[in-house]
Amino acid sequence: MTSAKIIARVANMTKTGKKEVITFSDYSSKGARRVEVVVRAFTAFCCIAVMALVVFLLGYLFIQGIGSISWSFIFDSPRDRMTGGGIWPAIVGTLWLIALVSAFALPVGIATGIYLAEIAKQNKPVRMLRVAIANMAGVPSVVYGLFGFAAFSLAFGFGKSLLAMGLTLACVTLPVVITATEEALKQIPKEQRQAAMALGCTRARTLGKVVLPTALPGIITGAILGLSRAAGETAPILFTGVAFFAPVATNITQPSMALPYHLYIMATQPTTPAPHIVWGTALVLTGILSITNVIIALWRSAKRRKLQW
Amino acid sequence: MVKTPATAMTSSVEAVASKTASFDLQNVSVSYGSEKALEGVSFYIEPLKVTALIGPSGCGKSTLLRCFNRMNDAIDNVSVEGLIALNGQDIYAKAVDPVSLRMYVGQVFQRPNPFPLSIYDNVAFGPRTQGVRKRDELDEIVIDSLKKAALYDEVKNSLKKHAFELSGGQQQRLCIARALATKPGVLLMDEPCSALDPISTGMIEETVLHLKESMTIVMVTHNMQQAARISDTTAFLLRESIEEPATLVEVTDTTTMFTQPNDKRTENYITGRFG
Repeated sequence: MTSAKIIARVANMTKTGKKEVITFSDYSSKGARRVEVVVRAFTAFCCIAVMALVVFLLGYLFIQGIGSISWSFIFDSPRDRMTGGGIWPAIVGTLWLIALVSAFALPVGIATGIYLAEIAKQNKPVRMLRVAIANMAGVPSVVYGLFGFAAFSLAFGFGKSLLAMGLTLACVTLPVVITATEEALKQIPKEQRQAAMALGCTRARTLGKVVLPTALPGIITGAILGLSRAAGETAPILFTGVAFFAPVATNITQPSMALPYHLYIMATQPTTPAPHIVWGTALVLTGILSITNVIIALWRSAKRRKLQW
Repeated sequence: MVKTPATAMTSSVEAVASKTASFDLQNVSVSYGSEKALEGVSFYIEPLKVTALIGPSGCGKSTLLRCFNRMNDAIDNVSVEGLIALNGQDIYAKAVDPVSLRMYVGQVFQRPNPFPLSIYDNVAFGPRTQGVRKRDELDEIVIDSLKKAALYDEVKNSLKKHAFELSGGQQQRLCIARALATKPGVLLMDEPCSALDPISTGMIEETVLHLKESMTIVMVTHNMQQAARISDTTAFLLRESIEEPATLVEVTDTTTMFTQPNDKRTENYITGRFG
């Protein structure tokens, strides 16, 4: 198309107010634009579908559960053969488990991640270890339960206790923490390490003063995600010490109730069905984990804003 | 790594650390695994002079530069042969502690790489690593270093500002200040202006000309005009084919290099006929 023609068409467009596509050669990108429209529409549709699912799930849970939430539902023990009262011992049990998993899985997992990413020679055994850790994340949680029962409850003699449950859940969480740590450390540009090294930092100082502080938001985020995953698990604690009914746990050698298991038994095997307890428990469990995740997400984005390379 | 006593480690470098640092290279070769990148490099780097390393991409300039503060140690499979002597001391000798060497031989990198910290903390990073804790002492070093790097006037009212808020050219001068804060005798610069605009480049070149009054500077550059403008001595490295390692073609004072080069290959390169 000649430039005179283009000018004429543009003039025509402004006059009539009609929009048409101006091409500058014989090539028309109509097909390519159609693909773009389809890709956009499809990805947007999927995104909206997921959002709708989340809204529906949380909304439904909220509507069903909010009626049960009361001071006494949260702070009382179950009564009337589990058909009344509250879920306090289960809440305390779950908080205990979160604390225990943090105490075991975070230090070990973060240290392992640091070793794999920063210290170990990147040779074949290390690569194999990495694959093994990835596989650990794929082991079904009920298998961890069985392992925990055999190892912690029986072999180590912790019996059915919060300790045995915490250790089992820590095993479930470990691969997540390790992987998150490794990934966060890999994000640190190598120029940062070189800068520290060129200033006369030892490897340990480079790690402690430059690499770890910068990677910390990523590490913590991954760790908390793993932790909340663990807090919602039922299978690993099934054999290792979770109780149908128990008083509020005061130390880690006792068995304890826990929210996910309480939800499970109340939904599947009560003598008299009490759906309000099921929904209330589900809402409390989801609430604890969501609030933790939101706080962490906010904290991380505040930290990240300072770290734009 | 086995830790040797601190005194044994530092002594060998501190003993040779003085204001006038010189490097003596004899038959230096560098290999990555079994592949030789650089072979048979011998020349003398004069104290309180700017030495430019020039040559086409892949000729081993940066590789050679990284030998001077043993930054190659961090890369797996790199081996350095031959002698690199700093003020007469072989820096690859067993007794030499590379960590203390790097405090004496500072480096500025191709792209500005400030830490995600404030301007002040960036410059104070090196001295703090060296154990300087007193506030007034640190203040003095930080201000002095920023002045030497020609950045002080622009940031004197915002030393607490995050380093990432500075422009690229300011960040690079901050990195120079950071390197100066450890009071090095040698400053290595690896294409320090390649990511900067001409005005920032000019400021850094001016800084370099001031700095050579108190330290020895070795600079890798792709910019021949830059080498001509600021260096006293120029070394031309060339890798003539992929199968062969790079070699040192010619090293001479910069004026001679750019007006009447000895070697035909040097002439071709500086007149832009290849590379």
